Amino acid sequence: MAVLNDKRLNEEDEMPKIKALTKLMQELEDQLVVCMRCGMCQAVCPLFRETGLEADVARGKLALLDGLLQEMFKDPQGVYDRLNKCLLCGSCAANCPSGVSVLEIFIKARAILTGFMGLSPARKLILRGMLSRPEIFDRAAEWGLKFQKIFTRPANEIIGTSCARFVSPLLKDRHFMPLATVPFHRQTASLNTDKGRSGLKVFFFVGCLIDKIFPQLAQDVIDVLNYHEVGVFMPQKQGCCGIPAISSGDLKTFNRLVRYHLEIFDAEKFDYMVTACATCTSTIKKIWPMMADKISDSIQTKVDEIAQKTLDISQLLVSKVGLEKGGIEDSNTAVDVTFHDPCHLKKSLGVAAEPRALINANPAYRLKEMPEADWCCGLGGSFNLQHYKLSSNIGKLKRDYIKASGCSVVATGCPACMLQISDMMSRSADKIVVKHPVEIYRELL
Amino acid sequence: MINPALLREFQTVLGAENVFTDQADLLTYSYDAAVLAAVVPALALRPVDSESLSRVVRLCNENQLPLTVRGAGTNLSGGTIPIRGGVVLLTNALDKILEINSEDMYAIVQPGVVTAKLAAAVEAKGLFYPPDPGSQAVSTLGGNVAENAGGLRGLKYGVTRDYVMGLQFFNAEGESIKTGSKTVKCATGYNLAGLLVGSEGTLGVFNEITLKLIPPPARQKAMFAVFNDMDRASETVAAVIAHRIVPATLEFMDNFTIRAVEDFSRAGLPVDAAALLLIEVDGHPAQVEEDAGKVEYLCRKIGADSIRVAKDAAERDKVWAARRSALSALAKLKPTVVLEDATVPRSKIPEMVRAIQDISKQCDISIGTFGHAGDGNLHPTILTDRRDKEEWERVEAAIETIFDKALSLGGTLSGEHGTGIAKSCFLEKETGLATIRYSRRIKAAMDPNNILNPEKIIGYSNTR
Ligand SMILES: Cc1cc2nc3c(=O)[nH]c(=O)nc-3n(C[C@H](O)[C@H](O)[C@H](O)COP(=O)(O)OP(=O)(O)OC[C@H]3O[C@@H](n4cnc5c(N)ncnc54)[C@H](O)[C@@H]3O)c2cc1C
Ligand code: SF4
Ligand code: SF4
Repeated sequence: MAVLNDKRLNEEDEMPKIKALTKLMQELEDQLVVCMRCGMCQAVCPLFRETGLEADVARGKLALLDGLLQEMFKDPQGVYDRLNKCLLCGSCAANCPSGVSVLEIFIKARAILTGFMGLSPARKLILRGMLSRPEIFDRAAEWGLKFQKIFTRPANEIIGTSCARFVSPLLKDRHFMPLATVPFHRQTASLNTDKGRSGLKVFFFVGCLIDKIFPQLAQDVIDVLNYHEVGVFMPQKQGCCGIPAISSGDLKTFNRLVRYHLEIFDAEKFDYMVTACATCTSTIKKIWPMMADKISDSIQTKVDEIAQKTLDISQLLVSKVGLEKGGIEDSNTAVDVTFHDPCHLKKSLGVAAEPRALINANPAYRLKEMPEADWCCGLGGSFNLQHYKLSSNIGKLKRDYIKASGCSVVATGCPACMLQISDMMSRSADKIVVKHPVEIYRELL
Repeated sequence: MINPALLREFQTVLGAENVFTDQADLLTYSYDAAVLAAVVPALALRPVDSESLSRVVRLCNENQLPLTVRGAGTNLSGGTIPIRGGVVLLTNALDKILEINSEDMYAIVQPGVVTAKLAAAVEAKGLFYPPDPGSQAVSTLGGNVAENAGGLRGLKYGVTRDYVMGLQFFNAEGESIKTGSKTVKCATGYNLAGLLVGSEGTLGVFNEITLKLIPPPARQKAMFAVFNDMDRASETVAAVIAHRIVPATLEFMDNFTIRAVEDFSRAGLPVDAAALLLIEVDGHPAQVEEDAGKVEYLCRKIGADSIRVAKDAAERDKVWAARRSALSALAKLKPTVVLEDATVPRSKIPEMVRAIQDISKQCDISIGTFGHAGDGNLHPTILTDRRDKEEWERVEAAIETIFDKALSLGGTLSGEHGTGIAKSCFLEKETGLATIRYSRRIKAAMDPNNILNPEKIIGYSNTR
């Protein structure tokens, strides 16, 4: 035999460390073993469709984690890199015949491996120095705004994107949505209104992207809630839901943010917690309870309670409040709109009918489905920063689907998807407006 | 380790981005869907065209590197586990549909084309490619041909073999071999395609596959019949066939599977039923009505406790959704799933199902059985936890007993999942030693260095 597959690394001294890691990974074993390696996740993984690499699809990543756990090989860095190359879109989990909790495994494994390998200095600066401290984050964004004016120019007026004025290594050729001139928390610092005829009071969790990039959307939410006489509690100094931290495996920052918010939530009684950001909703509803046992039992109890009460704004309006119906659609004037299912709404929470109901309520619009409406837009949070080319290729496919619908408006229930779709449409010079379903519904009232 | 000069040569042929040497990447090409130990290859290579595919095969042969071709890696018998290390060759960059010819009704594809993609492209042209393995959303046509994959429509429409009109493949030396043609009739040369179908990458590497297409049926009608007695269900199957009706699909689920599916999907299945038959007839509308009527009559006459005929497409989808969710419903019960496919002549189904139930009791393990009642291809699905060593031994004993039973009933070890490594040691029981020797001689003649997926199907040594 000319070849042996035994590529043992010369890592005698690494052994004790690896043993320690294996031990940490053991908490994942019961979940890892559920994967039967059937490979069906290849059909739905947006990343795999681009690259065709087994290490990019859930089965491959699960096998890598299993390989580390079984000490089949000793390359935690290699596993870490591949694990981080993932949109965390949950398409695999939603379609897995064996019911593997893929996202839970990935998120926990990222935390374990980050703990083991350490956070990179750049991420540490952003996550620990900024994100975990809401005031500093707000200030940094204001600084960013000043720079933005100097370095960027308008790119597409219909969509409202900008691009770099000159070649910038960070911005690359992105067409990004600019930071709003006045973030929402500067427009309306806090709110605490009484419940009216709806009989409901909600906590409105604004979320970073809506606060800093789409403040008008926050206003739309408030307007809609006011219209339905839903009491709104929106205290000052809300921060980030923690998704950028936990998806980078930064448990420390994540925990700090969870604790920080639990204190804010305590100040007032409310029936539901709502957000207009699919990612915030899914983080609070799914990831907080999943990770809270790492903090303490009492926090777990509180987090479970909050998660129970957390709803996407469309869910609240459709199933708790009841929608206003706006007359009959005029087929001559109705604007065609297509809806993109954010992964964090449909695959994580099973919410797909409600945002469509918001759109259908407004007779000025006619909903037309695009092909594969629930195909991921490719943003994936920090995935976009680390793998911009891939992220764009996936986004390009989404753009083609949107274009194929022939609509002049695309709606979606997550500001992160709105960013990605804006970037993709703008770079293709499409004249298609990106909206949130709440905005469409608000136009009716 | 691969020697550096050879590695450079692979990189020149394929481009560095298609040569994988990182341990982490290689680990992801060490397994497939079979419950077997993984083996990490020394190298993974991804050719992007015929030319580089042929050169890679030749280089492997010249350097005596074992070569295991991998499509989607969904086979259930260990066919893509590189048991002797060496190279894993990925076909998923060879994913072009080269031609769909509506006039002469054939398609020519590269081996990495996903089955469902071809089926959809063909359907868009008003034609039909029937083989529909449960894995079709991901499986490749190369893998289908190499495993002779079947599917739900096997009874009426046959299996992959029945659609392979021609093949162009590379032998171990990397030379192009052509067999069959685009014509319905072809009488030249040996029927090498017949030998290569189901060869699991041990005799050659497919480069182009010519597949037969047929006109689609104009109408379908689906129904399901509930039986409180397994024998009645089987008698019904036999009676349907005896009345010269060939349903497109004739599927069966046992009580264990029915309960699992119902728990999982709340589709309203009768959880007390001993068996469920799911039947679809298709063809010309008048014929469909007539056949459906006859099937319904036979079900009632022989003793179905109830029968439901799907009234529209939505109801039809519901019937098939229940069947399609069988495997996932079972899979969710225990961590490890062993999906077997022992097959018996269809008249022997009741006996086989009873035997499986007895074996399940004797060995004290959970087995749900569903499958293709029309062609006798059952899927006894064993639910276990491979970490439990003691139970795993009982599982292995049960599998062997199931094989023995199937053979004693005149059946076969595998209806569609192939031999691979999982069943190679049992093959002699089915075929006898002389058959294995004969096969080994063919293999030795075609692949003298034994580089093409060594040890698969015919096992180890060249000595016996
Ligand atoms: C959930 C599930 C359901 C399934 N349902 C069915 C079913 O209904 N019917 C059925 O028959 N099977 C079924 N299978 C088994 C499997 O999907 C089939 O065997 C399929 O044909 C494998 O295709 P693949 O692309 O994954 O091939 P792989 O697993 O990658 O390879 C299979 C074999 O083909 C060889 N091979 C692949 N490409 C080539 C090539 N170009 N040249 C030469 N050799 C090649 C490989 O070396 C290997 O031996 C199922 C599997 C799963 C996980
Ligand atoms: S994650 Fe699920 S779909 Fe993917 S291989 Fe594992 S069991 Fe199959
Ligand atoms: S989360 Fe999305 S990108 Fe990541 S493996 Fe699953 S399907 Fe692929």
